[in-house]
Amino acid sequence: MPKRLAVVDPGRCVDCLLCALACSRRFGEGGLARSAIAVRSVGGVENGFVVIVCRACPDPPCAASCPVGAITKAQVGVRVNSERCIGCRTCVLSCPFGAVHWDEENNKPVICVHCGLCASFCPHNVIALEEVEGG
Amino acid sequence: MDKFLTRVLRIDLTKKKFWVEERADLFEKGLGGAGVAIELLHELCPKDADPLGPENPIIFAVGPLNPLFPLASKVVAMFKSPHTGNLGESHCGGRAALALRLAGFGALVIQGRSEVPVYLAIHHGRVQFRDARALWGLSSSLTVGRVLREIEPGSGARTILRIGRAGERLVTYATVIAETYRHFGRLGLGAVFGSKNLKALVISGTSTVPIPDPPRYQKVYRELWEKATRSDLMRKYHDLGTAQNIRPLNQIGALPVRNLLDTRYSPEPPFTGEQLAEEFLGRRLACSACPVACIHLAVLREPHPVEPYFYKTTFVSYDHEPLYALGSMLGMERAEDVLKLIDAVEVWGMDAITTGVTLAWATEAFARGLITERETQGLKPKWGEASVYLEMIRRIAQRDGEFYSVLGKGVKAAASRYGGEEFALHFGGNEMPGYHTGPGALLTYLSGSRHSHLDSAGYALDQECLSCGERLAPEELARRLFQEEVRRQILSSLVVCFFARGIYNLETISAALATLGIERSPAELEKLGANILRRKYAFKRREGFDLGRLSIPKRALETPTPSGRVEEEFLRRALGEMAKLVEGDDGMA
Repeated sequence: MPKRLAVVDPGRCVDCLLCALACSRRFGEGGLARSAIAVRSVGGVENGFVVIVCRACPDPPCAASCPVGAITKAQVGVRVNSERCIGCRTCVLSCPFGAVHWDEENNKPVICVHCGLCASFCPHNVIALEEVEGG
Repeated sequence: MDKFLTRVLRIDLTKKKFWVEERADLFEKGLGGAGVAIELLHELCPKDADPLGPENPIIFAVGPLNPLFPLASKVVAMFKSPHTGNLGESHCGGRAALALRLAGFGALVIQGRSEVPVYLAIHHGRVQFRDARALWGLSSSLTVGRVLREIEPGSGARTILRIGRAGERLVTYATVIAETYRHFGRLGLGAVFGSKNLKALVISGTSTVPIPDPPRYQKVYRELWEKATRSDLMRKYHDLGTAQNIRPLNQIGALPVRNLLDTRYSPEPPFTGEQLAEEFLGRRLACSACPVACIHLAVLREPHPVEPYFYKTTFVSYDHEPLYALGSMLGMERAEDVLKLIDAVEVWGMDAITTGVTLAWATEAFARGLITERETQGLKPKWGEASVYLEMIRRIAQRDGEFYSVLGKGVKAAASRYGGEEFALHFGGNEMPGYHTGPGALLTYLSGSRHSHLDSAGYALDQECLSCGERLAPEELARRLFQEEVRRQILSSLVVCFFARGIYNLETISAALATLGIERSPAELEKLGANILRRKYAFKRREGFDLGRLSIPKRALETPTPSGRVEEEFLRRALGEMAKLVEGDDGMA
C-alpha cells in the first residue's frame, strides 16, 4: 500500500526544525532552501505549532493550476518537472495550506514527495508515514 | 570551508550603513563562535572603552556546525560588559543561530549609536534601519515581540531579538530576549543595545549550506542524532528540564536559600522540577536543530482581582537558575509566586540570576538596618513576599530613584554604596549562580572567563567528587577546571550547546568538521581551545582583571557546602595555579 506523510500529533511539536533540516539532507546539503516541510508558531511559540507539508490531496489544486503542466499527480502527492516549470508561482497561490514551498535560489517550487525521511528524524513522533487507500 | 560562514556583516548605527567583510582568516584560525568573536572583540573594542558608549561593539558569531548537526543550536555574543566592566560573553539558543547562519553570515558586528530608537531587519542579506520610536518605552518586552512578529517577514526561519524597559534604562544586567523565553541573559547585553538606541534585531534566513562530503555527513549526522536521542540527557532534560536539579541539590544541601544563609528547604521547596511538571507544565519547546526540547513553559492561571470568573493565563519559562534566584534565594514558599517573579523579569528584560541575588542582598540589608524604608521608598523586602519583590523589580527596571538605580547595577555596586559586602554574593562582579556544591563551584565563579557556572562547571566536578569521596588538592582542582573550560571553548566555537558535551568529544567533533571539509585533529582542537581561552584572558587583563586581586564574599565561605566549609586559603592557592595556567604555563600554548 502506498504511504503519505501525515501530521499525526502536532500537539507534541517542539519547533526543533529537525524535520525541515532532514528534508534538505535528501539533496546532500544543509540549510532550508529546498526543504518541503516547514514549522510555524500559531501566533507565538506558547500557542503551539503548525507543520506545513503537502497532504497528498486526491485531486491536487497545484497540479490543476499549473499553466505549463509541470506538476502532475503521482501515486501519492505530486511530482514537479523542473525543466518545464517557468517559476510563475501559481501553484503557491493554489495551495490553501501554503505547502508549496519555494526555492528562492532556483526559483522553483518544492513539494513533499512523501519519502518519510523527515519522519525518521522527528524526535517526538509528530509526523509519520501512513498508508493511503488506493494511492 | 563554506564561503558564507566567513562573511562578517558589519553595521554602523551612527552612519546607518552596512557592509560585508570577508574574514576567512578569522574562521580558519578560530572556527567560529567564541573563537572568532574574541578576535573581533580584540580588534574592534578599544582599550578602556565605555561599555555604554558608541565605541563598544556588539559581536554575534555562529560556527561551522550550526545548524547542521544536532544540538548545534547556539549563537555567541561578545561585547564589553556594562555590568562587570570587563569581558562580556553570553550564549543564546532559540532560532538565532539558525537564522544568522542561513542568512549567509558567520558573524554580525554592530557599532555606533543611532540618534533615534531603531530596530534592524535583516532579510535576504540586506539590512533595513527601521524606526523604533513607537516601540520605545513599551512596558513589556512580550509586546515588542508580538508586534515585530506581525509586521516582519520570514516567519518560521527567523529570530526576533529585543530588549525590554530595563535595557532602555541601562540596567547593567538587562537581557536581550530571543523569540520568547530564550535570552542572552548575563552580563548586560540588553543595556548595550539600549545605549545604542537599538530596540530589536530581526534576522531571517533560509539559504543552503553546501556540504563537501554528503555521504559522510549523513553518516556522522545519524550517529550523533542517535546518541543524542538515546542518551540520558534526552530523558533528563526533556522530561523535567533543567528544573530537575532543584530536588537533588536540596537533598545534598547545595541549593542557596535566602541569600545563602541556608542551603536547603525542609523537606523541599514547592518548586522542584517534579512538582512544576505535575502542576504547571503547559508546553515544551526546543531550540532549532535540538531534539531535546529542554525549554519548559508553565501555565500560570490567575483569577482577576475584581471580575468573577475572569482569568489571566500566562506562559512562563522556568529553568533551574531562575527558580533558584527568584525562588530559593528569596525564600519563596509558593510556586505561583516564583513563576510571577520569573514572568516579571521576562517582561522587563532583566537577568533572572542577578535580579534575584540583588533582591536577596536588599532583603538581608533591610533586615540588618543597612537600608531603611527611606531608601526603599516605603517598601519592606521580606523573604517570601512576592508582591514587594514584584514592585522592586518594576522600580529597578525603571531606575526609579537613587536606591533602585544603584540596585540596577547589581550587588557589588549596592554593597559598596550601602555596606554588607560580606553577604553581597558576586564573583568578579557577576552574581552567584544556583549551586553551592563546594570548592569547584566557587573556583568556577571566580576564575571562569565569564564568571558563570557554565564556564568550567565546577558544580559538576564537586558532585562527582562527593559521590566518590574524592578530595582534590587546590592545584589539581584548578587544572581540571582549566581543562574543562578549554574544552568548552571548542563547543562554543562550533557552536554546540553545553548540554551536548557528553556527546561531542574531540574525536566526534573532528569527524563532524571533516564532513564539512575542515580538517582538525583532536590534539589541534584542544590546543585551539586553550588559545581561545587565553585570548579571552588577555582581553580581561587588558581591561584590568587580575585573578590575584579577586574578592571572595565571606558568606560563600561561612555557609557550609556538602563537603564542608571552603577555606579562603584553598581558593587562593587554586587561583594562583589558575593564573599560571591561563598565562600558558602548561605546554599547551
